[in-house]
Amino acid sequence: MNALIPQPAELVEKRQEAEGIYTLRVRLAAEETRRAYRFLPGQFNMLYAFGAGDVPMSIVSDPEDGEVIGHTLRAVGPVTKALATLKEGEVLGLRGPFGSSWPLEEAKGRDVLIVTGGLGCAPTLGALHYLFRRREDYSAIKIVHGVKAPKDLILHRQFEEWRRAPNTEVHLTADQSGGRWKHKVGLVPHLLAEVAFDPAKTLVMMCGPEVMMRLAIKQLIYKGLAAERIYLSLERNMKCALGFCGHCQFGPQFICKDGPVLRYDRIHGIFNLKEV
Amino acid sequence: MAFLVERPGLEGIFQRLRGLGYELVGPTVREGAIVYDSIRGAADLPAGWTDVQEGGNYRLKRRDDDALFGYAVGPHSWKKFLHPPRRRLWQASREGGGFEIRPEPESGRRYAFVGVRACELKAIAIQDRVFLEGQYPDPSYRGLREGAFLIGLNCGQAGGTCFCVSMDAGPALKSGFDLGLTEVLAEGRHYFVVEVGSEAGAEVLGAVSHREASVEEVAAAQGVVAATAGQMGRAMDTAGIKELFYKNYEHGRWDEVADRCLACANCTMVCPTCFCTTVEDVTDLKGEHSERWQSWDSCFTLDFSYTHGAGPQRASTRSRYRQWLSHKLATWIDQFGSSGCVGCGRCITWCPVGIDLTEEVAALRKPSP
Ligand SMILES: Cc1cc2nc3c(=O)[nH]c(=O)nc-3n(C[C@H](O)[C@H](O)[C@H](O)COP(=O)(O)OP(=O)(O)OC[C@H]3O[C@@H](n4cnc5c(N)ncnc54)[C@H](O)[C@@H]3O)c2cc1C
Ligand code: SF4
Ligand code: SF4
Ligand code: FES
Repeated sequence: MNALIPQPAELVEKRQEAEGIYTLRVRLAAEETRRAYRFLPGQFNMLYAFGAGDVPMSIVSDPEDGEVIGHTLRAVGPVTKALATLKEGEVLGLRGPFGSSWPLEEAKGRDVLIVTGGLGCAPTLGALHYLFRRREDYSAIKIVHGVKAPKDLILHRQFEEWRRAPNTEVHLTADQSGGRWKHKVGLVPHLLAEVAFDPAKTLVMMCGPEVMMRLAIKQLIYKGLAAERIYLSLERNMKCALGFCGHCQFGPQFICKDGPVLRYDRIHGIFNLKEV
Repeated sequence: MAFLVERPGLEGIFQRLRGLGYELVGPTVREGAIVYDSIRGAADLPAGWTDVQEGGNYRLKRRDDDALFGYAVGPHSWKKFLHPPRRRLWQASREGGGFEIRPEPESGRRYAFVGVRACELKAIAIQDRVFLEGQYPDPSYRGLREGAFLIGLNCGQAGGTCFCVSMDAGPALKSGFDLGLTEVLAEGRHYFVVEVGSEAGAEVLGAVSHREASVEEVAAAQGVVAATAGQMGRAMDTAGIKELFYKNYEHGRWDEVADRCLACANCTMVCPTCFCTTVEDVTDLKGEHSERWQSWDSCFTLDFSYTHGAGPQRASTRSRYRQWLSHKLATWIDQFGSSGCVGCGRCITWCPVGIDLTEEVAALRKPSP
């Protein structure tokens, strides 16, 4: 298969999660391509809207969900808006899967701390679905999620459902309070200072704005977590996802192939610098 | 074993290649520079011309002989043929409820490159690693690369901005060519000493008049390259260069060079190893037909690192120049196992303000100003 060519896929289900945020579940049209398609949580596809272009989109569904592949997207610009206006039954294009995945094997038997910020939590959604479906394989699960304002919290019900799962904590925070917000107020790194975890047993999976992640990592390391136990998912401009357009470079890493999920100790030298 | 082809015999090689269906491309004079373009034969080569190169400066000058290859490299490199500046990747048409995508067929073009210098062979080998040795080889590059016939050239003239010796890239040919030439003008004679680098090369040579080169002729050819190695206009100390960059992301020199750099992207366009591209989807007015075009892009543009929300990752010229030079000389080593620079000097010559990477590296070795 020529990896430059989007493969037709049918939009089988479209669900609005919040204003401008949709979950698109798609099914590759060609049987051969569909059967050959295998992914791991943390990887992404390039989704193509006819005439508009293609953009990277994390996979949020479970690898065992068979032939239907889920993405949760926020309509922000030409391509994501074109994708968001597609109707069920219409056709889009898909290339993928690409990139590295979350360390879900390494996490087995350990505590998992998921740290996310803002609307950029899509890459960790796939990991969360995966962990809860195989709950017994993992020890404690702690979710720390921050938003700017209470109205930015999407997937409320999902968080509440996870909160009720055994041996699970959900910590939500907003930068400012407002409305009927009954969770914390403050920044994710500050909330992390209050969340108890065992640094020797815990593995962290993180995504969100990079400023948030820098401060959160500082806090985690201060609390005794080893840099090798912190994984983060990064975003960079992407045109090819194949390692040759050059756009996604971050120091020596290509985010499309070495990432998007990277182990912190491998990038700590450049992660704290500006404009790399 | 080395062979000898007299100056008039060169034409036989070219015509043989054309007869075999190759498109002949090589150096020729256009608008005041020696560029790579289609040529019909030896008559189109820049006989009797040389170039004078300095930071931000290039001009042609007459030689006092009729050498065909008596100059260094110009603004073009072979990447314009193997990795074209603009190409269509596919076309899509609406079909029923969906669409159909047709990949661009391979061009099937077979080029014969005339006068590929050692640094350029190394640059091609570097792009091979990018386009052919990753998980997703580029089918277009592969087709063009495998179809190409390479006539290598031992340099007889280094330019004022050359430093291939520092980058272990030249001036002598090592491998990767089908035929390797050394042009010799001495004692009233004008001839080529020819090495054979492949079976295809042997076949082509077999079709033209040649003989075994004499010991004296081989020695004269070796003398030509040895003299070139001594003429390097520039030098770069590459000891521990990766660590030098990794340690100096915040060196004050980056601010100083950013004051001079225009972020014009000339350096990335002329560089024979720079490979970055962008894509654009072009759709007809009715929205029935769409095409994806790939074109060369540069890390010097603001859009290059744009993401929604965060804006351009590298907003300042300082960070863009730093990205370019660090990629060439340091991160490339981690990514592809070699430097991304072959010391051809093009980026120095074609920089409108004459920024010189060899000077920048030397400055990074000194304490931050
Ligand atoms: C690995 C990865 C996973 C992602 N997963 C998701 C997800 O699950 N849900 C979601 O809503 N968004 C996700 N994004 C972000 C999404 O790709 C961008 O929102 C999208 O590219 C914006 O394109 P646009 O044309 O709609 O908007 P514009 O802002 O106009 O973008 C123009 C162009 O810039 C580039 N670009 C802009 N923003 C980004 C970005 N953040 N990352 C990469 N390229 C960008 C694209 O080439 C895009 O076509 C992910 C990005 C990456 C790199
Ligand atoms: S960086 Fe400059 S000297 Fe090095 S290969 Fe590119 S153009 Fe030539
Ligand atoms: S270094 Fe010179 S050629 Fe390169 S972008 Fe800056 S001004 Fe242009
Ligand atoms: S997206 Fe093109 S190199 Fe990574």
